[in-house]
Amino acid sequence: MADYHWPPTDKCSLIGRRISRLDGPWKSSGRIKYSYDVNRPNMLHGKMVFSPYAHAKVVSIDTSAAEKMPGVKAVEIMTEPGKEVFWAGQEVVAVAAETEEQARDAARRIQVRYEKLPHLVSDVDPRKAGEHTKQLAEQTDGNPDQALQQAEVTSEGEYGVPVITHCCLEAHGQVAEWDGDNLTIYASTQNVSGIPGEMVRAKIADSADKVRVLTPVMGGGFGSKFSADTWGLACARLAKKAGRPVKMMLERDQELMAAGARPSMYAKVKVGAKKDGTLVGWTSESWGTGGPDAQGGAPSIPYVVRIPDRRVRHTTVLTNIGPARAWRAPNHPQMCLITMSALDDLAAKLDMDPVEMLQKNIQMTGQLAKTYSAELEKAAALMDWKKRWHPRGDKTPGPIKKGLGVSIHTWGGAGHPSNCNCTIQPDGSVSASLGSQDLGTGTRTVIGIITAETMGLPLEAVTVNIGDSKYPPDGASGGSTTVGGVSSSTRRAATAALNQLLDKVAPSLNAKPDELEAIDGQIRVKGNPSRAISWKQACAKLGTTPITGVGQRQRGNDDLLSSGVGGAQMAEVSVDTETGLVHVDKLVAVQDCGLIIDLKTAESQVYGACIMGITYSLFEDKIMDEQTGRCLNADLEFYKLAGIGDFGDIVVHMMTGPGYDERGVIGLGEPPVISPGAAISNAVANAIGVRVPTLPLTPDKVLGALGKGAVA
Amino acid sequence: MEAFEYAHPTTQHEAIGLLGSKWNDAAVLAGGTDLISLMKEYLVTPKRVVNIKNVEGLNGIHSNAEGVTIGALVTMDELLENATIRSEFPALTQAAGGITSPQIRAMGTVGGDLCQRPRCWYFRNGYGLLAKDENGKSLVPDGENRYHAILGNSGPAYFVNPSSLAPVLIALGAKLQLAGTKGQREVRASEFSVIPKSDEERENVLKPDEMLTHIVIPASSHGLRSATYEVRQKTALDWPLAAAAVAVKLEGGKVREGRIVLGHVAPIPWQAREAEKELEGKSITESAAASVGEAALRGAKPLSQNGYKVQLAKVAVKRALLAAAKGEA
Repeated sequence: MADYHWPPTDKCSLIGRRISRLDGPWKSSGRIKYSYDVNRPNMLHGKMVFSPYAHAKVVSIDTSAAEKMPGVKAVEIMTEPGKEVFWAGQEVVAVAAETEEQARDAARRIQVRYEKLPHLVSDVDPRKAGEHTKQLAEQTDGNPDQALQQAEVTSEGEYGVPVITHCCLEAHGQVAEWDGDNLTIYASTQNVSGIPGEMVRAKIADSADKVRVLTPVMGGGFGSKFSADTWGLACARLAKKAGRPVKMMLERDQELMAAGARPSMYAKVKVGAKKDGTLVGWTSESWGTGGPDAQGGAPSIPYVVRIPDRRVRHTTVLTNIGPARAWRAPNHPQMCLITMSALDDLAAKLDMDPVEMLQKNIQMTGQLAKTYSAELEKAAALMDWKKRWHPRGDKTPGPIKKGLGVSIHTWGGAGHPSNCNCTIQPDGSVSASLGSQDLGTGTRTVIGIITAETMGLPLEAVTVNIGDSKYPPDGASGGSTTVGGVSSSTRRAATAALNQLLDKVAPSLNAKPDELEAIDGQIRVKGNPSRAISWKQACAKLGTTPITGVGQRQRGNDDLLSSGVGGAQMAEVSVDTETGLVHVDKLVAVQDCGLIIDLKTAESQVYGACIMGITYSLFEDKIMDEQTGRCLNADLEFYKLAGIGDFGDIVVHMMTGPGYDERGVIGLGEPPVISPGAAISNAVANAIGVRVPTLPLTPDKVLGALGKGAVA
Repeated sequence: MEAFEYAHPTTQHEAIGLLGSKWNDAAVLAGGTDLISLMKEYLVTPKRVVNIKNVEGLNGIHSNAEGVTIGALVTMDELLENATIRSEFPALTQAAGGITSPQIRAMGTVGGDLCQRPRCWYFRNGYGLLAKDENGKSLVPDGENRYHAILGNSGPAYFVNPSSLAPVLIALGAKLQLAGTKGQREVRASEFSVIPKSDEERENVLKPDEMLTHIVIPASSHGLRSATYEVRQKTALDWPLAAAAVAVKLEGGKVREGRIVLGHVAPIPWQAREAEKELEGKSITESAAASVGEAALRGAKPLSQNGYKVQLAKVAVKRALLAAAKGEA
């Protein structure tokens, strides 16, 4: 049995370097097709009728007029009469027609009668939610009441984060095409290997082997694209009924209403410390909504900084806002905002630099204490924190106030189960095949780098086959588990394939296989570069039979990967105190993630997370109207996303070297998106001297906090 | 969208003949940046779409002794690039520049900017221009009204006028030329927008069989100092939360007369006459500009969520006045 390990980083020619993503040119030139771009011959277009009511019973559905409309080929009932719908935007009927416009027009002719039922869409006050609340949890450690009584300083505040959406730029959806009993789905999914089984469970296909899912690239999921979804099932059924391929992608309004919401979280917090800043006690009453189901869970707060004496009570509000879905680092951005805001307010009360306060209590962060401490130092240097930080309230004259804020965060990120086949052909070509998907993070490139590094070949010499359920099964891409999973399985498969090749080649080099190494496009005897043959010559010895190495990453310990990272971020903002406008001038993100395979795509992950973080800090809010039960900003006009002009410098620093590299690969998707909200909110408080309690930090709230809101 | 008849006349006479006597009979298509999305959302369903882009005489910016005439089909980009507008009416250039989408600047027209429908999210979600529930009660006062009107909002209309250019054109004393089956007429820019009192009414004085053809900025407005200031949350692709356009005549460093018009705060562009009076005879200092801003919002009656817009509008007036005084382009 081979011993699997990573080569020492100083010996790597590819791993850890800045390498551009393999699919970059394909994407930027439009050569590679997203699900949205797939147009099959003879294809129909599907559109859905959705409930205009937040809670209703479907009484009857009449599709007869629609079926007579020009171009209409199939209709599929998605919510049978008698069943309830639980949010405005929930799917009721789907229709397929020759053109998108015909399908849309036909959907409007479908008569659905509803019996309206009472709804609740507001989560801001659990006391008004009546029977729509569910006390989920109470957790007490030690004696928080006594600890807070004995605290020399306490701070109380209310903080929160509203429901936001995933707003994937490629909306949810797919193209479904039947060939006899065989179904091909061009799906925008985070779970290529899992969708075939779902089609069998829904009784759409009789065998998972007869379902092929293709996702060469996809335009964002962020946790909202694990399932085939009701529209995926309906699309396959429409295609079956019509006997033609059907494309059904969500329209932007449906994407925002129904395809995923991040749960809100609000909390009333009391936190106490000694005069020297040592944290002693925490109590919080929190609430939030994750839609109609009791999802969202009780928060694990205080976040990261484990104050020994604490009590947490949490209430879930059940609302008709649309279903919660995992949103990049589920619950962490909310818990982080609440905790880091409360600690920042306490530091302000103590007249203490919040970075000092975090360092003072760094042991409460547990086993990553040294990492956090080093990251805070690095971030402070990149922000020039010591020189530029000022106590709360910028005293500079004029309306523009500047401030700095800090936050720290954590995430697990162990690898998911993954299988890789690595094949070496007699002509010297090499491929790695996995049923994984690349959400846009760089997964394809990472697989290529590991394969090439293992074979001693340049990156261009290997082919990466992913995004096809016919390849060996791979886990869903969630929770930052992909890079760990595919890195482990790929390294194992490539090593196993190489070992077979070395067995074949060894006699001709008059050496034992374990005396050989693959390096610089050669197989050679270790320590004796003159006894070598080229990669092509070596592979020619395979005759006519290619070899395949199989690599499997199973759950459990794995020398190639690890989990548990920390990160520190610091924000600098300018606030116009006359208009309440906030500008993020600079965001510093310092992050560890173990061994980095591709420094460039790793840094890109962090840049993207910072932009996403700035966006939810300043703009994002799923605005629900209690009267109509509707989401009023299910568009990109009032569901605001940051543009390139809306943020300043983003400075990314990855922690690498001793203490980090030898941990193996750890996922990076979630962690850097956690802290921006807290760091930016704290920077605003530092700038203007008062806390804006909830995100997003919009002009109305900033002016309100400054007492200039004049709300009638 | 619903099927429609498509007409593409080449003369104004022909175009007017294709309009109908009811709003649903026909819609005028120029840049299409608003009409097409309204049709795709089934918010308007005209039986006929009259494309006026090939109609002669509606293009170009021309100056003569009367003033500057802007054709309704002039695009935002053309307006921005025009040297006369830039030097004489910087507020107009600034307002057009506030439309931060290159696509909309390239396609969107001056006429379309003045005739576009409100962005009220109840209207855009299908609850009608007056945003009523099924019992006829307005959804705005007890609803999500953070972007709604703070002035002229005694009901039943609570939306805000979305035009970028109308406040400036009013401040510059412009006139709008309308053509219809009953002939041509001219209205002051300040009288073009109206607050609808019922579902049957529209938000301007155009009749279903009329179209806007030209905008004339009178020669008397040359020499005014003008500026536009918009408070927008995002730097691009975002509607202003409040805006102010000002045009002042300065004599010996003091304001001889001035016009102050607010945008995005009322169902019509809101001329702040009381503030205009207060401005007369003053030098535009920081404190004078601030107190004129206060005066401009004296009658504001914010709804449950939009009190902050009062502050934003005050600041917009102050900053626009200071910019005009400095002659900032």
